[in-house]
Amino acid sequence: MESHIQSLMEVLQQTKGYIYPNEVELHWGLLVVVYPYVTGLVAGAFILASLERVFNVREVQPTYRLSLLTALAFLLVAPLPLLAHLGHPERSFEIFLTPNLNSAMAMFGFVYAWYLAVVLLLEIWFDYRKDAVVWSQKETGFRRFVHRVFTLGANDLSEDAVAFDRSAGKFITFIGIPSAFLLHGYVGFIFGSVKANPWWSSVLIPVVFLFSAMVSGIALILILYMLTSLFRRVEIDMRCADKLASFLFYALIIDFSLEMLDFIHRLYEAEESIEILSQMISSRLFISLVVLQILLGTVAPLVLLGIFSPAFHTRAFVHAPAELRRLLYFCAAILIEVGIFSTRWNVVIGGQIFSKSLRGLTVYKVELLGLEGLVTSAFLLILPFLILYALVKYLPPWPEAEVHLPSKSES
Amino acid sequence: MKRREPGASSESQRTQATESVGRREFLSRSLPAGWVLLAALTGCGEQTGGEGEETAGAPEEATGGGAETAVPEASAAAENPLAGYDPSQHNYAMAIDVDRCIGCGRCVEACKTENDVPREPFYFRTWIERYVVQRNGHTVVTSPNGGISGFPPVEEAEILRTFFVPKLCNHCSNPPCVQVCPVGATFKTEDGVVLVDHDYCIGCRYCIQACPYGARFLHPVTRTAEKCTFCYHRLVRGLVPACVEMCPTQARIFGDLDALSSPLARFQRMHKIQTLKAHLNTEPKVLYANLDGEVS
Repeated sequence: MESHIQSLMEVLQQTKGYIYPNEVELHWGLLVVVYPYVTGLVAGAFILASLERVFNVREVQPTYRLSLLTALAFLLVAPLPLLAHLGHPERSFEIFLTPNLNSAMAMFGFVYAWYLAVVLLLEIWFDYRKDAVVWSQKETGFRRFVHRVFTLGANDLSEDAVAFDRSAGKFITFIGIPSAFLLHGYVGFIFGSVKANPWWSSVLIPVVFLFSAMVSGIALILILYMLTSLFRRVEIDMRCADKLASFLFYALIIDFSLEMLDFIHRLYEAEESIEILSQMISSRLFISLVVLQILLGTVAPLVLLGIFSPAFHTRAFVHAPAELRRLLYFCAAILIEVGIFSTRWNVVIGGQIFSKSLRGLTVYKVELLGLEGLVTSAFLLILPFLILYALVKYLPPWPEAEVHLPSKSES
Repeated sequence: MKRREPGASSESQRTQATESVGRREFLSRSLPAGWVLLAALTGCGEQTGGEGEETAGAPEEATGGGAETAVPEASAAAENPLAGYDPSQHNYAMAIDVDRCIGCGRCVEACKTENDVPREPFYFRTWIERYVVQRNGHTVVTSPNGGISGFPPVEEAEILRTFFVPKLCNHCSNPPCVQVCPVGATFKTEDGVVLVDHDYCIGCRYCIQACPYGARFLHPVTRTAEKCTFCYHRLVRGLVPACVEMCPTQARIFGDLDALSSPLARFQRMHKIQTLKAHLNTEPKVLYANLDGEVS
């Protein structure tokens, strides 16, 4: 409490122009930046998985299961930053019990539950069921127990049952694509529908969130695919990596175009908020928006991918050897992740740095410790990887681990 | 039922300690004199005279100015504050005459005291802004500690005009804060006041983001959303908000929008009324007269 007041006193000294007195305290901090970043990764990873299943993009097949597990690992963590940020986390269940149906935020619980229970868990279950049955028959001890529980007693390995698994999985993916759009579009809507805030209030925000989610999700899977292949000492399937890089390029182009459209639209309309927003961009947000989000996070990867990935033709503009391409893709993906995190930062923090009086700017001081501090946020960003590690241990997503049952004709 | 008069009561307390005249005798002589003097100084007789009586059906229909703020049923209300109070009979609003505000900060102090608002300079249910419009078109807005201790002398040169604007929750008819609250902890009462249920608020702060007026904050101790309540605990007792009661210039007028004859109704008849950020369609119920276009 004392340190909090002290910190606010320091902020008060650093404000510029006039801000409403209640605006000294910035209410949605780093944890709320982490939240849309994490849900974006979930939606993006799932949409990538659906490419293989629904749109028959065969090249990305090696990443299909990895994408599903990544989406699940991140989805399990997604509500934690919100929970930690609440003034009364012990009352959070009220959102489920007595939701205000007019509130965009009240829908969170339902959208989340739908996505987790109906889409992701079911899809993973149908996809892994036959494998889990076969694994449990060969294994002993705890692994056998885990896989037995996973099957939920559905041990039928007949061709019909496996075919049903496949078609059910495909059906869920069909539902899953609009659900993934809903999940992240909805997160964008939470911000985009705040008419009091000219930085947020835009009909384009949910769409921008959606495409930036796809960009960040694909980039994450590309990074994970490369790293896991490296650690497993398995050759990277370059057809897969090239395809991922191409999709990354397409999604990034759309994302960047939408953001530029939003930017130009604001500039051209030049409403009353334009002056304070310009001041904010050229001072408080210069590094995170101009340098990190636009130059390093968008333009640099666009150039890298545009030149070296086969995004336009079957061959790239500049044909680089596989090893160099891998390195360039990896760098581009890392830059994109930094850029998308900056995007979330610029939306969430940027929307609170200028006063609603449109006459002044405040500052945001990131705490190191504390529930809403840097350490907690870093932990919440690392936690999904720990969960993913555990998931991968018990549900290996690698193509060679998948069980292929002999069909009747073969037997 | 005897009407309790705060101004007179404070006067009597002062005299108890100093005068050797008999207590009863002094009171009987000084009370009417004190009442007349106070009424003449504040001008409340002009604005409220008779009209408070006209709205006897709504005893809380009182105005600023200090004197005419108590109700006939005060003692009954003290026993059971909610006895006989019917929210469906009211539609509260506040009017602010910008030209009358002198930036003294009494309203801010009264609000903090009455509602136990944290004293730090980042928590306000009401505050005052000073606008200094310079000849070059530049406007300097300040609100040092919410204006609670008044304002320092104007430093800017070449002043075109300057004025004070009291701010508070606008108790919008179409409140964005109520719309966004995920659990319905922020709600609009039947008598038109926007309140927060502190036992229900989860502290997500979406309402703070949604409020266009910066009128909300998170209470550092309760960790729930806080804002002006129009001193609802006083309204149900037939009293006006503390800021209205304490304003020495009657810059704030409180009352019932639906009452045909009331200080608020008269104020609305006699002034051109504006609201803050009308383009957002929040339909505020804090009504400003003589508001400058610079105010945001």
